[in-house]
Amino acid sequence: MIPEIGHFSLILALLVALTLGSLPIIGAARGNVVWMGLARPLARAQFLLIAFAFLCLAYAFAAKDYSVLYVASNSNSKLPIQFRIAAVWGGHEGSLLLWALILSVWTVAVSAFSKHLPDDMRARILGVMGLISVGFLLFMLMVSNPFDRLIPAALDGRDLNPLLQDPGMIFHPPMLYMGYVGFSVAFAFAIAALLGGQLDAAWARWSRPWTTLAWVFLTVGIMAGSNWAYYELGWGGWWFWDAVENASFMPWLVGTALIHSLAVTEKRGSFKAWTVLLAICAFSLSLLGTFLVRSGVLTSVHAFATDPRRGVFILAFLVIVIGGSLALFAWRAPTVGRGGKFDVVSRESFLLANNVLLAVAAMSVLLGTLYPLFLDALNYGKISVGPPYFDAVFAPLMTPALFLMGIGPIASWKNASLPELAMRLRWAFGVSVVTAIILPLWLGNLTPMIGLGLFLAFWIIATTVNMVRHRLRGADQSLTSRVKAVPRAWWGMVIAHLGIAVFTIGVTIVKGFESETAIRMMPGDVAHLAGFDFTFKGVKEVQGPNYTANRGELLVSKNGVERTILNTEKRLYTVTNMPMTEAGISPAVIHDLYASLGEPLSDGAWSVRIYHKPMVEWIWVGCLMMGLGGLLALSDRRYRMKKRNKNSNGAELGQEEVAI
Amino acid sequence: MKRALIPLIIFLVVVGFLFKGLFLNPREVPSPLVGKPAPQFSLARLDAADATFSPKEMLDKVWLLNTWASWCAACKDEHPLLVELAKSNFVPIIGLNYKDNNQDAQKWLDEAGNPYAINAVDADGRVGIDYGVYGVPETYVIDKKGLIAYKQIGPITMEALRDKIVPLIKQLQAQ
Repeated sequence: MIPEIGHFSLILALLVALTLGSLPIIGAARGNVVWMGLARPLARAQFLLIAFAFLCLAYAFAAKDYSVLYVASNSNSKLPIQFRIAAVWGGHEGSLLLWALILSVWTVAVSAFSKHLPDDMRARILGVMGLISVGFLLFMLMVSNPFDRLIPAALDGRDLNPLLQDPGMIFHPPMLYMGYVGFSVAFAFAIAALLGGQLDAAWARWSRPWTTLAWVFLTVGIMAGSNWAYYELGWGGWWFWDAVENASFMPWLVGTALIHSLAVTEKRGSFKAWTVLLAICAFSLSLLGTFLVRSGVLTSVHAFATDPRRGVFILAFLVIVIGGSLALFAWRAPTVGRGGKFDVVSRESFLLANNVLLAVAAMSVLLGTLYPLFLDALNYGKISVGPPYFDAVFAPLMTPALFLMGIGPIASWKNASLPELAMRLRWAFGVSVVTAIILPLWLGNLTPMIGLGLFLAFWIIATTVNMVRHRLRGADQSLTSRVKAVPRAWWGMVIAHLGIAVFTIGVTIVKGFESETAIRMMPGDVAHLAGFDFTFKGVKEVQGPNYTANRGELLVSKNGVERTILNTEKRLYTVTNMPMTEAGISPAVIHDLYASLGEPLSDGAWSVRIYHKPMVEWIWVGCLMMGLGGLLALSDRRYRMKKRNKNSNGAELGQEEVAI
Repeated sequence: MKRALIPLIIFLVVVGFLFKGLFLNPREVPSPLVGKPAPQFSLARLDAADATFSPKEMLDKVWLLNTWASWCAACKDEHPLLVELAKSNFVPIIGLNYKDNNQDAQKWLDEAGNPYAINAVDADGRVGIDYGVYGVPETYVIDKKGLIAYKQIGPITMEALRDKIVPLIKQLQAQ
């Protein structure tokens, strides 16, 4: 009964979404206040209905209702409860429901925090989000219903894919979707502005916090996925340029460009058309990512079952949403004014250059991801595009981007003086060059890539230090009050930029200095790697809730002093009969020690892989810093002030100090 | 106006490819074995456990090697077609019973009909590895010299049989 109620609730949600997607938008065009006013209650009703449907599905999982096909396919009675709940989004249908739920969360959040927006603007924004919701609800109800029954019911479920039975599964998809779907807000703002013809600084300021929040979620979501891959896949990689990873990375790149471009539009009134285009692209790439994952067009470790009907449906939806919004853009953008003028050397130029670099990087990732499909469609055979392409394309694009990142925040708006900038940053430049040469020499490996990576990281740190010192100059007040006087949004930028530096250091060091060994070990054997001794203590059998495992134990010591113990497991999930490796990791600031158990060999020996990963944790710490920077920017005073200042229309807050 | 149209045009081109891509199968990788000699093996026969089968016995004949298993649902889809094909005596079909249990396999053949001239038992899947089998069913067309001429991935369909496999076998038999 409960699944039917959930199903019915989804049908009601579709009707509500249809109303939300039509009446308020028509009302905004005709100036009908009552119709516009419908947007907020409808957004709430939609949220309640979808949330209820979601709870019904979660209940079916918790109660082990194997008469529901989706539940039977994605869980098992022995699956622990936290994974049974996470299994709600472990397959195609449920992840769509999560998508729709999160979209309704964002919609209701916009309706709650948009009291200061003009009525027609708010009605259009919520209406556009309602239209997107229509697409997803229709998709679910027509070809991917999570509540489909299985008659007769299965005795037990087929279990969740063992790869997904991990705490990462609980956080990574919801975070990632919060980011993906969050860009729908910026998208809806852009479409509403195009429809209403109000592309101005106020529009940029309103959509900024939403975009930043979505970007924070996406950053942390990608980071969580990368970290998960690192310890779950068992060979110490943290990024694979897999089609689905790329699908999340493209919106991130464009979203990063967008938050910077929005800053310029708000502060200087420039780049309006470009900002709108980025807002459309960020969300379009999120949708495209969904298409790539759901349709089975590309092979990927993330791929779900293929069904061409589903693919055709999503593609039609993409054409309507993206094609429609790009057509609207082509129609309206030429009427948008050009905004403030600026010189070739100015903060605007630096930001524009970085924007273009990020957009080109996103396009090159898109090209690499779709290239196998293009060739196949043109009958040029099957190829796969892997890390060599992406590494080769990415480094040259990111090098100038990271370099400009150091200069942009320091240059003045409108026109800056190049000699002055050079004078001011000469020390930062010198220090970073010298450090980038000395440090790798001291560590024992200087290659051009290591030198370049470290130089860029130190350059960002040095210029940031220079900027902070400059900003905190003056002796008349205490340092604390001077720190407080600077807006939090600015500190947010500082931390996020330092996060990029920390990330770059992590990537450079781990790529340049990691080492590994794969050997055959008998109990008592000792392996040596990076100055550590790994003593193999043998393997014992362990019983998990829904798996059996061989657990290998490695005692790590250095110069005879015991350091830590690494436990690594080779699991066999009994229902799916799938083997999984659980790596044993000892994480630390300086380096990770990482071991994974291979296959059993003859006479009690096992093959064991051991990795030494210096500074690999910095990669994720860097991402967390970026996310933290975003949160700090969101907590800025001017956003809190806005709530008190209900009829703010842009001019009053225009005086406020703005981060960038 | 014109410049603002560029994103839309790029998008439409991408959509064209995506649409085409929906009807392609990225997992369908052409077998590197096509044109190469069929890997040799010698396996016990399902119908007579003390006798063995080896591809050498089929030299100078065009034949089909069909991997199948009683646990494989897709094999059941193609089975009626194989039975029809076998009745016509057009081409000998050799079965490679892949990672299966002999009793289950025999039971399935008794129930659904046996299209196979001979069935070789590949209980541990070793021969399957040599042939690059990554999903059952898969079917190989092998020519008179023992070279693999074609590989059908997944179940044989009516269309594949009519448009590809039968014409190919006729052509090979004529050589």
